Amino acid sequence: MAISTLNQNATLASIIEQHREAILAEWLREMSGATRRSDLLKESELQAQCSQFLDSLARASGTGTNAQAAAYEPLREILADISHSRAQKGFSPRETAMFVFSIKRPLFSAIRDAYGKDPSVMAEQMWSMTELLDSLGLFTTDAYLKSREEVIRRQQEDMLELSTPVVKLWEGILALPLIGTLDSARTQVVMESLLEAIVQTNSRVAIIDITGVPTVDTVVAQHLLKTVTAARLMGADCIISGVRPQIAQTIVHLGINLLDVTTKATLSDAFGLAMQRAGFSFVRADKRETKRD
Amino acid sequence: MERIPILRMGEYLLVTIQVDMHDRLAMTLQDDLTNRISETGAKGVLIDISSLEIVDSFIGRMLGNIASMSRVLDADTVVVGMRPAVAITLVELGMSLTGVRTALNVDAGMDLLRNSLDARKDALYGSRIQ
Amino acid sequence: MAVVSSEATALATESDIVTVRRLVREAAAKLGFSLVDQTKVVTAASELARNTLIHGKGGEMELITLNGPRVGLRLKFHDHGPGIPDIQLALRDGFTTGSGLGLGLGGAKRLVNEFEINSQVGEGTTVTVTRWK
Repeated sequence: MAISTLNQNATLASIIEQHREAILAEWLREMSGATRRSDLLKESELQAQCSQFLDSLARASGTGTNAQAAAYEPLREILADISHSRAQKGFSPRETAMFVFSIKRPLFSAIRDAYGKDPSVMAEQMWSMTELLDSLGLFTTDAYLKSREEVIRRQQEDMLELSTPVVKLWEGILALPLIGTLDSARTQVVMESLLEAIVQTNSRVAIIDITGVPTVDTVVAQHLLKTVTAARLMGADCIISGVRPQIAQTIVHLGINLLDVTTKATLSDAFGLAMQRAGFSFVRADKRETKRD
Repeated sequence: MERIPILRMGEYLLVTIQVDMHDRLAMTLQDDLTNRISETGAKGVLIDISSLEIVDSFIGRMLGNIASMSRVLDADTVVVGMRPAVAITLVELGMSLTGVRTALNVDAGMDLLRNSLDARKDALYGSRIQ
Repeated sequence: MAVVSSEATALATESDIVTVRRLVREAAAKLGFSLVDQTKVVTAASELARNTLIHGKGGEMELITLNGPRVGLRLKFHDHGPGIPDIQLALRDGFTTGSGLGLGLGGAKRLVNEFEINSQVGEGTTVTVTRWK
């Protein structure tokens, strides 16, 4: 016959409290295997984390073993922090989850010591504890994944930003030399960088040079068109330069309408036009006859 | 009823939109501007949207309408200061506001209006700039 | 564990559209959306809220914060209006040509990552959109 739930929960909490030091010590021993990563985490830090976890677990388990309950909020926060820091430090998902799973053996030992003589009670306690720890372990993994995705996303952003430099050619004239293949994500970052730069530098003309872009397909062409349209809405003109014959062919072949967009074969042609549009004109300083080179 | 203030600067009208407008306020602005252009004989309208964080299809259409109506009343319209995020979103939404002239900021916008007005006057009085 | 919070807002008057913009902006900012993404989702919300108000004769919006492994914002627009007889037609861009028939749906669809629409003539319409961070 099962002990009443209230009694059962109080027992779980008191088991942890009574055997705290032993559980802690055994837990740390359990973690000293392959997943310890002592290169990434100091012993003192780990001990502090374990202590904090155990204390919070003892408090929460007094009210039940439902990991989603409000009483477990502090414990979940602790796990979220640990997952987050481990994701950033470079722990694997397994190494992170083992923080929770390696407490199973010491807790079960403690339960067995307390209820060894009453198998049905022992079984119930062990089952409740397993359910709880599995749930917490999965929560840890979820939190880890979230952090990891955030890290990856930021790294991607950094990489994209580095590879899309916007150059100021002259007062009010920007150039964006694109190199390499353009995928959807990259083109969007490119677009945003250029538009931001237009505002920051007060540039009326932006030259997008695609000499270094091997192929232009419909998707890329559409993104370029969107960039040009967006710049226009802001009050700046775009000129697309570096359009090679093959790309010109592709564009016509794909039926892309570039009627509204000014294109030039070379960056220098584009620059000349940009200066004109920005209201500048060139005058050669030396009017004397120059020697032939 | 709240209204968006319209300032007069010689032959030009200046509007700065700084609040997140509800639809009726936008319609009121449209009406007020048209009336003012008519009353003052203004030749140009500058609409500063540099404070707007959102321009949806309704506001977009309002800007387009203002430009069209002003043209009928012989005034140019320039919209200035659109933010990058707003521009990107409008394009995605499918609005390119082809009838609306734009400039980066108030200074550029006023230059545009003045140049445009000069050009129209020159055409009117028959002189040509080589 | 994915859904964190959900709140409903009535869409009965024009100023509710402004309220919707504010609430969605705050929620998106809180989740750490980039500025461009914030602008996109708020603009989509504005379009859909207006639809619900004008074509749906009023209704409500449910704002759901998704904070699981994937972070995002889900918006549900319900109305008990006349419904949309031809959804495919409605999704095409009508408003840019100024015909007034466009329901802003096509545009809003491009501003979000997930778009779902259920409509029954005579019963009403529900549009659910999701923007991931």
